[in-house]
Amino acid sequence: MSTGGTAGGGTLAGTTGPGAPLRVVGRNMGRRHATDRVMRVLLGLAAVLAVIPLLLVVVFVLAQGLPALNLALLTHSPEPAGFPGGGVAPAVVGTLIMVGLGTLLGTPIAVLAGIYIREYAGGRGATLIRFLVDVLAGIPTIAIGLFAYGLVVVPMGSFSALAGGVALAVIIIPIVARVTDEMLGLVPGSVREAAYALGIPPWKTIVRVVLPAAATGIVTGILLGVARIAGETAPLIFTALGNDRVSTSLSDPMDALPLRIWVYATGPYDSWHQQAWAASLVLVLMVLLFSILTRLVLRRRLAARA
Amino acid sequence: MTAAEFEPGQVQRVLARHRPRRGEPIFRGLVVLASLTVLLVIAGLILVIASQSIEGIRHNGVAFLWGTTWDPVHSIFGALPFIYGTLLTSFTALVLAMLIGVGVALFLVEMAPPWLAGPLGFMTEMLAAIPSVVYGLWGIFVLAPWLRDFVEMPLHDTLGWLPFFSGNPIGIGNFAAVVVLTIMILPTVAAVSRDVIRAVPLAQREAALALGATRWETIRIGVLPYARSGILGAGILGLARGVGETMAVTMVIGNAPTISLSFFSQGYTMASVIANEFTEATTDLYRSSLIEIGLLLLVVTLLINAAARLLVWRASYSAGSRSLLA
Amino acid sequence: MTLMTDQTANPAAAAPVPVPGARAIEVADRADVSVEHAAVAVEIEHLDAFHGSHRVLRDITLTVQPNSVTAIIGPSGCGKSTLIRCLNRMHEVTPGARAQGRILLDGQDIYAPGVNPVVIRQRIGMVFQRPNPFPTMSIYDNVVAGLKLAGVRDRALLDEVAERSLRRAALWDEVRDKLHAPGGALSGGQQQRLCIARAIAVEPDVILMDEPASALDPISTLRIEELIDALRASYTIVIVTHNMQQAARVSDRTAFLTVGDDRAGYLVEEGPTPQMFTNPRRQLTEDYISGRFG
Repeated sequence: MSTGGTAGGGTLAGTTGPGAPLRVVGRNMGRRHATDRVMRVLLGLAAVLAVIPLLLVVVFVLAQGLPALNLALLTHSPEPAGFPGGGVAPAVVGTLIMVGLGTLLGTPIAVLAGIYIREYAGGRGATLIRFLVDVLAGIPTIAIGLFAYGLVVVPMGSFSALAGGVALAVIIIPIVARVTDEMLGLVPGSVREAAYALGIPPWKTIVRVVLPAAATGIVTGILLGVARIAGETAPLIFTALGNDRVSTSLSDPMDALPLRIWVYATGPYDSWHQQAWAASLVLVLMVLLFSILTRLVLRRRLAARA
Repeated sequence: MTAAEFEPGQVQRVLARHRPRRGEPIFRGLVVLASLTVLLVIAGLILVIASQSIEGIRHNGVAFLWGTTWDPVHSIFGALPFIYGTLLTSFTALVLAMLIGVGVALFLVEMAPPWLAGPLGFMTEMLAAIPSVVYGLWGIFVLAPWLRDFVEMPLHDTLGWLPFFSGNPIGIGNFAAVVVLTIMILPTVAAVSRDVIRAVPLAQREAALALGATRWETIRIGVLPYARSGILGAGILGLARGVGETMAVTMVIGNAPTISLSFFSQGYTMASVIANEFTEATTDLYRSSLIEIGLLLLVVTLLINAAARLLVWRASYSAGSRSLLA
Repeated sequence: MTLMTDQTANPAAAAPVPVPGARAIEVADRADVSVEHAAVAVEIEHLDAFHGSHRVLRDITLTVQPNSVTAIIGPSGCGKSTLIRCLNRMHEVTPGARAQGRILLDGQDIYAPGVNPVVIRQRIGMVFQRPNPFPTMSIYDNVVAGLKLAGVRDRALLDEVAERSLRRAALWDEVRDKLHAPGGALSGGQQQRLCIARAIAVEPDVILMDEPASALDPISTLRIEELIDALRASYTIVIVTHNMQQAARVSDRTAFLTVGDDRAGYLVEEGPTPQMFTNPRRQLTEDYISGRFG
């Protein structure tokens, strides 16, 4: 910039006409506009760069996964290592069970905590619990796996689906609690006042009037959490462990899609790699579908407030 | 005639028989209990992981933090290769993710027309929805070979004399881990930055525009100074995410406990050594040492997160609850 | 309990009564409204109200006469709304807000220790500035919300109360065919009458109205005013309004509040409405009413 200034100054010294100062600005303008253009292009480039990975991942998962995807994949148990055929049925069943368990365990706590934050805690209490919820959201999922290991696996003496479900519950709690908090905040205060003025006690106002008004948003948030925990691998490694056979017992090791994808992707066999892509396709389709739908709903709700 | 049945005070008498009694204290108790559970879970996490790592802490001592040898067979546990690998990959990825993420955020808020900003923002958010293990799978079979052939090989041939690009490029290694981590941190950085930038008052921009500033100058003078602390917070949140990220990194970093400056070298991170070796840990001491790494990871991420929240708090909680989607 | 035998012995009476013509509606409506209701007085004694450390109301002493409409007028910021929110203990719902002094409802101090504000709010209904029907409930459920949410499940009673309240709120004819449509689907004026129906459904002794027509168009405003006029026979009504013509039209008595030097509202004077508007005792009142300030 300073060199531009001196160059302009030199021109100014050489001219005495009344239009000179404007010309200086004009010269600077050219340079400034060039900088502006360059930066605009760079920002646009950043946007392009950010989107490319998503497209690449989705394209490859589709291209590699579709050919290997068939009904047998979802209904058969794995064959012994290296043998062709077989499927990931234990993982499909296991993911459904453990995600269900995690949701059942975590959601009530999360919704109630969200209610406490928004409806009961005063300013400072709300800030504190919100902070704790955010802290919990920021804890690495592998550490949550270690927690479930120490809390459930060690006392029970074996890896189990229960331990996996507990780990997933801990992960879903902050997601659902935050969404509940936000969605309750969207219900106008006048609705609560109307209920109080009728002599309806606060808890009943919340349960019968405020919660129903926020229900769509909260359910959406729960689905968002479900999509998130369905894709978790790290917290299941030393809790649910994995299982080659379909198991429905909560006290036994259980398989899960992400676990199976990890094992197959890092294994040496081509047939495993193909099944890993196909299983990824199933997982990505499910997670993306959930995420897209829930985000659309949540976005609309949040935008409606603004 | 309805009126004939009407008796003054009838409804009030019915209501009097339905006076609320225990509902309020019970419900209040429930929600307080749920909130306490959140607190208990956090406390429990620290306590359980700490207690499980006591054996390792006793055996390994403080030297755990700078020991460079990880030899479970001889019960020598030094965590430095993992700490180094975590810091190297996270910080490099953070720098890249900040450049791209803040750029996307500025593009979305300051430049993009609404028809573009909506879908584009949506797609950045969706980056966070793809499961980590799928990034890992993609990293192994697509990203790593591509990096090897089109990035690492040329770099090796031209700049191989630099320590960063020495060694034999095979795709799997620190570089692939950095790229995958960048992709995974990006949505966090972009979403939080976007909220923070959006929260900058319009008046700041107008003041700059009224001085005849160009678009970029407006951003530089009117927007960035006000969003600085929030963007810094976004970066720290991204860092916490990167440090704790496990699967994708584990799958592409090569899992070798070496300390090397080279991006082509294989490495190991704290999270990935736990994921990889935990179920193979044959002795209690081995397992406990792994959990000790987990304890270290937990403490580090807790500190990073707390710092980030304190920085971002005001900017993102009120202005953009959208960041909860990231 | 005659009430119980009435209910069980005569279930037919509870079903919505088919009305054989407009004339009959007239009769039914009049009969309903003119029922003697033992409305009660509200005596406010030395009431102070606070928001945090700021005093909003200073030493208000005022008696609200039974079976009458009392209007509270005054410049904005004088604490009109706070005053009526103190009357059903809604003021304290706002964080940091509190009140001290005595408010006697039928001789009982509603601020006495041990008094459950929930019970007080069942006896003193409230209508707000903006219509606020419950968003997820039907018209029917909105009207009987006060009973249903208190745990009353007697279907016959609920049906009867719903019809009676909607008739009194002059809304029955407009909604009788869509009782199970969402309450939010009505027009603004209809929603406000729905809120009035909801308030009178629990048969309160007193109805508080906080600028009930300020968000409505002139025609809806007129209907609300007619409704207030019809309700005065059965209820003690307190209405806050910034519209002096409205106060003059609907009220029997008027209380004038203004803001003191300490930014707290206080009562200047209270009296029969005609006198307040033609021949007030205090200069402040005359200045305000004649539009010289505020």
